Amino acid sequence: MTYMTKPSVRHPALRQNDLGLTRRDYEGVISTLCAGCGHDSVTAAIIEACFELSLPAHRLAKLSGIGCSSKTTNYFLNRSHGFNSVHGRMAAIATGANLANRDLVYLGVSGDGDTASIGLGQFCHAVRRQVNMVYIVENNGTYGLTKGQFSATNDRESRSKKGKDNLFEAIDLCAMAIQLGAGFVARGFSGDREQLVPLIKAAINYDGFALLDIISPCVTFNNHVASTKSYDYIRDHSEAVGGLDFVPPEAEIEVDYEEGASTSITLHDGSKLELSKLSDGYDPRDGHGAIDVIRRQYEQGNVVTGLLYVREDVDDLHARLNTPSQALNALPESDLCPGQVALEAINETMR
Amino acid sequence: MSADELLEPKAGVPSTDVSDPQYFHKVVDCQYACPTHTPVPEYIRLIAQRRYTEAFLLNWESNVFPGILGRTCDRPCEPACRRGRIDEKPVAICRLKRVAADYKGEVERYIPGAPAEKNGKRVALVGGGPASLTVARDLVPLGYTCVLFDKDPCGGGLMRTNIPSFRLPEDVLDEEVDRIVGMGVETRFGETVESLKALLDEDYDAVFIGTGAPRGKDLQVPGREEAAEHIHIGIDWLTSVAFAHVGEIGKNVIVIGGGNTAMDCCRSALRLGGQDVRVTVRSPRADMKASDWEIEEAELEGVPIFDNHNPKRFVVEDGVLCAVVFEKMRAEYSDTGRRTLTPTGEEVTFPCDDVLMAIGQDNAFPWIERDIGLEFDEWGMPVVDKTTFQSTLPNVFFGGDAAWGPENIITAVAHGHQAAISIDLMCRRLSLTERPQPGTNLMSQKMGIHEWSYDNNWSDHRRVPVPHQDLKLALTDLSVEVELGYDDKLAVQEAERCLNCDIQTVFIGNKCIECDACMDICPVDCINFIPNDAEDALRQSLRVPAVNVEQDLYVSDPLRTGRVMVKDEDVCLHCGLCAERCPTSAWDMAKYTYVEAQASPVCTLHNRAEFL
Repeated sequence: MTYMTKPSVRHPALRQNDLGLTRRDYEGVISTLCAGCGHDSVTAAIIEACFELSLPAHRLAKLSGIGCSSKTTNYFLNRSHGFNSVHGRMAAIATGANLANRDLVYLGVSGDGDTASIGLGQFCHAVRRQVNMVYIVENNGTYGLTKGQFSATNDRESRSKKGKDNLFEAIDLCAMAIQLGAGFVARGFSGDREQLVPLIKAAINYDGFALLDIISPCVTFNNHVASTKSYDYIRDHSEAVGGLDFVPPEAEIEVDYEEGASTSITLHDGSKLELSKLSDGYDPRDGHGAIDVIRRQYEQGNVVTGLLYVREDVDDLHARLNTPSQALNALPESDLCPGQVALEAINETMR
Repeated sequence: MSADELLEPKAGVPSTDVSDPQYFHKVVDCQYACPTHTPVPEYIRLIAQRRYTEAFLLNWESNVFPGILGRTCDRPCEPACRRGRIDEKPVAICRLKRVAADYKGEVERYIPGAPAEKNGKRVALVGGGPASLTVARDLVPLGYTCVLFDKDPCGGGLMRTNIPSFRLPEDVLDEEVDRIVGMGVETRFGETVESLKALLDEDYDAVFIGTGAPRGKDLQVPGREEAAEHIHIGIDWLTSVAFAHVGEIGKNVIVIGGGNTAMDCCRSALRLGGQDVRVTVRSPRADMKASDWEIEEAELEGVPIFDNHNPKRFVVEDGVLCAVVFEKMRAEYSDTGRRTLTPTGEEVTFPCDDVLMAIGQDNAFPWIERDIGLEFDEWGMPVVDKTTFQSTLPNVFFGGDAAWGPENIITAVAHGHQAAISIDLMCRRLSLTERPQPGTNLMSQKMGIHEWSYDNNWSDHRRVPVPHQDLKLALTDLSVEVELGYDDKLAVQEAERCLNCDIQTVFIGNKCIECDACMDICPVDCINFIPNDAEDALRQSLRVPAVNVEQDLYVSDPLRTGRVMVKDEDVCLHCGLCAERCPTSAWDMAKYTYVEAQASPVCTLHNRAEFL
């Protein structure tokens, strides 16, 4: 952490987005995490993505639980709505908030402890209910706030900084989410901003549950030679399934892809995901294939990254529950409280 | 990306050699722009700590006249100041220098004197201005006998004759001139050197000529001869005022010219009885040569400036000047930016009692014989080597305005330092072209995890205006100083605006784990981790394209991923957040000390780590 606040002054030629805002306008308070924490890099990627999407900050709600990762929602978009929930309960809060106001973008930030240990049940149900949100897991395989114990996502082969073996199997959140019916599953690395920013932009624009499992090294407890979640290990062992470009609805596709080398997926709002350089026959619409690749690469000590799985045909929670098309706070009182006659009509159907 | 996919290091900009003394020096924009390379951020920090004596001495070592320059310098440092590229205005470097001079304690015991044993060499210095005085200061401590000639009864040259005392009080000038004379300079004031040949026939090992550009330009238009009594050459008139030979002027005064001399003329005229004083300039206002702040001061005192006014004739009635007729001009600029002034045909007449002509100065060397082996060029200027300041007569040196025409005081001081080095090298029979190198040092300022030995916090303050004397009072007396200078509180406020550009961001690539922390924390987005490329392309590919090509890119060796770290030095705040957020100390904030070589190392004694 630092004792000095980040000076408000900015580069005089800093680029502005469609709202006339600069990247600096999407920042929050200065991070109090350890210097070099991967989470700060994820924070910067979120800022970058929101800036590039020209998101109005007041149309976004950021949610988190407990842990180093969950502190980070304070470090970006300080003009957005926010809820810092109890440990492992972010998914439930997001579900409730989303049901009440479907018009906001819900951006949840959690960690491997908050998601894969105490919050595992909450996480699973948010996935299967297809809550329309971005669920970011800042995954460092360790409990940083309690000084470096193994977390549930730590790989079996890895060791602690003090040389202890990890005795248990790792939970792979991506494979699990695909199995539970998530519509958008991606894995990123905090040290690869170029790959990460388009993934976040795509996830924000995806209608349905979007999981972003981001390997985010813990510089203090899990960035040593025996770690499988260190900067060096991930740089040496990450296997991207392909490249991703997020193309907003009104924009022209600028990159000229070779014939057949690219797959285009159109989202609900008309924006496109341009997938390029896909590795040998990888099809991100094939869930079985995705799980297979994740497992096989894992067995070889590799980490697959990129957009692992995407479904174009999901119905989110609102569609399944057939809720009103407006946020509850936008409904007129006559709809919210239709009166005695309507109540009696309902009661009548239950007699 | 897997191991085999890591980027192949791409050819591009070679990695920056920070061991080159000029690399970090260039980052310290103010010091680099200063002709004498005064360590500006260092003395500003000392002022912020209220260590005025040390701040003064640091200045004195480089620029010799802190009190004078703190009031009158042309300030090449300020347009260069990095703060000016981020904030509205640069740091008031010049006026902070004055603070050091105003509030210093006892300094005389730190001033070197002549050694007990002289080295037997004699140097004649012609002209008692800043260039000659600097040569004397640098050579006296080495044992040289310096003999200083000036036609006026006291030293100082144009600093005394051409700068009015309401800008530069006499006691400040006397103090700084006397400080050098007091080191043991033999003075021949009131003595005009009539012949260089005769001087050379005397027993001198070297002669330094610092006689300035003493001849004011004249303007031959109809009526000039008839009105001669009331048309004065600006610098001559200012000299007469300085020595109290002139004590009044007519009510209506026209000053012709747009340089700093014109500004001094009009403001002096206001104090000597002028009531309607006007400045007229041939060119558009934007092209005026005077410093912006001098123009501002003149206007504050109520002097209107009429631009695009070309004097056409002087109107004389009954043998007395009564008006000047001007034709109005229009400036046109070609595609290449070349200006042409064309008359619009319109004429205006300004009535006047006196005219002050301040349209430039020329050099004049009537006392130098043309047959003694000292070459002059086709414009009548001596042929002088740009590095050694040596003329074609090996033992004759030039400096200040005498060398290449009118410049300014700080340039004259820089010339003096270099000429002193040459004279010393020559007297020791060493090569004049092998110049002594600057002394440099780079020292980490880290005191603890978040502690630096300098104040790295950003100050939002706007430039603090210098308090002024009440205008009515100021206009009553030529000797009342207009600017009061900062008090200690204002000085600290202004000093806090300095970005400490001499505290360098030093990058140690092999410690970097490429976590991006520095890139993300940098308030001005100057740090990048990208593939290397040719410079033009690299500059465009930064987070904020580096369009200011005068500012260097700091490029690292290839990092583990094959990328390079590229830092655009342009608007770096030197806040040290990159170093604070770096988990591996790949960034350090290190103070860069750059000491320009001088003839006498005694004079740069205080510019050392143990002193600061």
